[in-house]
Amino acid sequence: MSLSQDDVRRIARLARIAVSDDEVQESQSQLNQLFALIEEMRAVNTDGIEPMAHAQDVMLRLREDVATAPNRRDAFQAVAPSVENGLYLVPKVIE
Amino acid sequence: MNTLKQQIDALAAGQTTSVALVSECLKQIAAHNSQLNALITVDADKALAAAAAADAARAAGDTRPMLGVPLIHKDIFCHEGWKTSCGSKMLDNFIAPYSSQVAENCDAAGFVVVARANMDEFAMGSANENSYYGAVKNPWDQKAVPGGSSGGSAAAVAAGFAAVATGTDTGGSIRQPAAFCGITGIKPTYGIVSRFGMVAYASSLDQGGPMAHTAEDCALMLNVMAGFDERDSTSLEHAKEDYTRDLATPLAGLKIGLPREYFAEGLDTEVAAAIKAAVEQYKALGATIVDISLPNTKLAIPSYYVIAPAEASSNLSRFDGVRYGHRTGKTGNLDDMYEQTRAEGFGTEVKRRIMTGAYVLSHGYYDAYYIKAQKVRRLIANDFQAAFEQCDVIMGPVTPTTAWHIGEKNADPIAVYLEDIYTLGVNLAGLPGMSVPVGFASNGHPIGLQIIGNYFSEAKMLGVAHQYQQVTDWHSKSPAL
Repeated sequence: MSLSQDDVRRIARLARIAVSDDEVQESQSQLNQLFALIEEMRAVNTDGIEPMAHAQDVMLRLREDVATAPNRRDAFQAVAPSVENGLYLVPKVIE
Repeated sequence: MNTLKQQIDALAAGQTTSVALVSECLKQIAAHNSQLNALITVDADKALAAAAAADAARAAGDTRPMLGVPLIHKDIFCHEGWKTSCGSKMLDNFIAPYSSQVAENCDAAGFVVVARANMDEFAMGSANENSYYGAVKNPWDQKAVPGGSSGGSAAAVAAGFAAVATGTDTGGSIRQPAAFCGITGIKPTYGIVSRFGMVAYASSLDQGGPMAHTAEDCALMLNVMAGFDERDSTSLEHAKEDYTRDLATPLAGLKIGLPREYFAEGLDTEVAAAIKAAVEQYKALGATIVDISLPNTKLAIPSYYVIAPAEASSNLSRFDGVRYGHRTGKTGNLDDMYEQTRAEGFGTEVKRRIMTGAYVLSHGYYDAYYIKAQKVRRLIANDFQAAFEQCDVIMGPVTPTTAWHIGEKNADPIAVYLEDIYTLGVNLAGLPGMSVPVGFASNGHPIGLQIIGNYFSEAKMLGVAHQYQQVTDWHSKSPAL
């Protein structure tokens, strides 16, 4: 398998990262090198092996459906790039 | 060298004060941090005020052992009021509005934070060259890297900026810098130390742990850091332990497994010799050696470099320029804002891992890469369980070589991934692993012995390391700064 420059642009788009032409070229070569390394793994026989998603095979805990965290909106919005009246501001999305 | 234990004892005996200890740290930092670049934030006023408050509390009868002891946090642990950059431009303006469980635990124990340590951006790296704040230098050789990603923490402890620092380990990020800087560090069993408020890289692998000069100090520090936390969904409901309980346990009858694969091609001869000498020392202490095999060792690299980037691409999607951190100054629509913000805020290595992750999780590739990597992960975990039927602990090198030179490997970032071969498997399996100083190469660079234990065997491992440190003095050597 080998990634084309169009593949790299598509991946960058999926990752929401703007890339220059130079970066596409460099990423293409490094991602291809990395996937060559990863390719070794794909030849391994894993028939009947359960995927291991987590280090400990324990169920995620459940808890009572009650509010536990205090409202700290002001503190959390103090670190936001742009807020107004308690709302986060983003570029206009509806023309 | 000044250990945490010595500081605790001196404070309890009234032989020193927190203000004296903190002042000594600040003096050392002022003298050497401009060369080493081990720290991102130093707040002398805040530290001295906290030290004075600790001394007043002690005078008023507060007997918490760590009260007033200086500490350095890796810049990945949110701590309310402290800048928490994670080594990234993305979070250069982020003052944490809340505290991680680890920071809360350390505060509750009475520690005084003197500084925040430099690190590879978002904990991605093995050399601490990927920080927005510049490369950290190894105190033993300032032309060499300190290892990563907890390179700032390791360099800071080695340089005497504090006796103890926090670190995190996703693929070796406590053990490898500890080895490169000649200190002791332990990555606990996954789930022992809360990840709440610890900036996430790869959540199924990330684990916090202590870095210090001695195994005894690591045990004391792990007692503070570990504990169930309901705010971390994968925190284990594991009873509180005293990790110092086995420090004095003799090693007679201990069975040490040496995995063939950890001594195969690619291991530097000087590193191999130092590890073998340490093993001989263990035999003299009464241990017996068992030849074992971890046949899927090599597959840890591809498995890790699929799973970790996949989890990273998901975790780091939160950096969108909306709720916190950097936002681009360029104008455009919402998508342009996301793409420019992330292009400007992330460094090259972080972008590469996010893109790798986005690809392996994308439609049509998920089974071929991500699920396959998780199956290989189980094979690796199974290898360790088979090995632990034959031995009590596993030993080997932490790294194939000692610290390399700054810039030496920049041309080939993928080749650096191969250096993680001995550390990645431990994270994939979720096992505890530690690094213990066992000597120096002819170039003066420290060498670390890796000790791997079965789940929840931290107390035993720390005892195994402590007994070695009772009869050797590698851990007490200090670099000439």
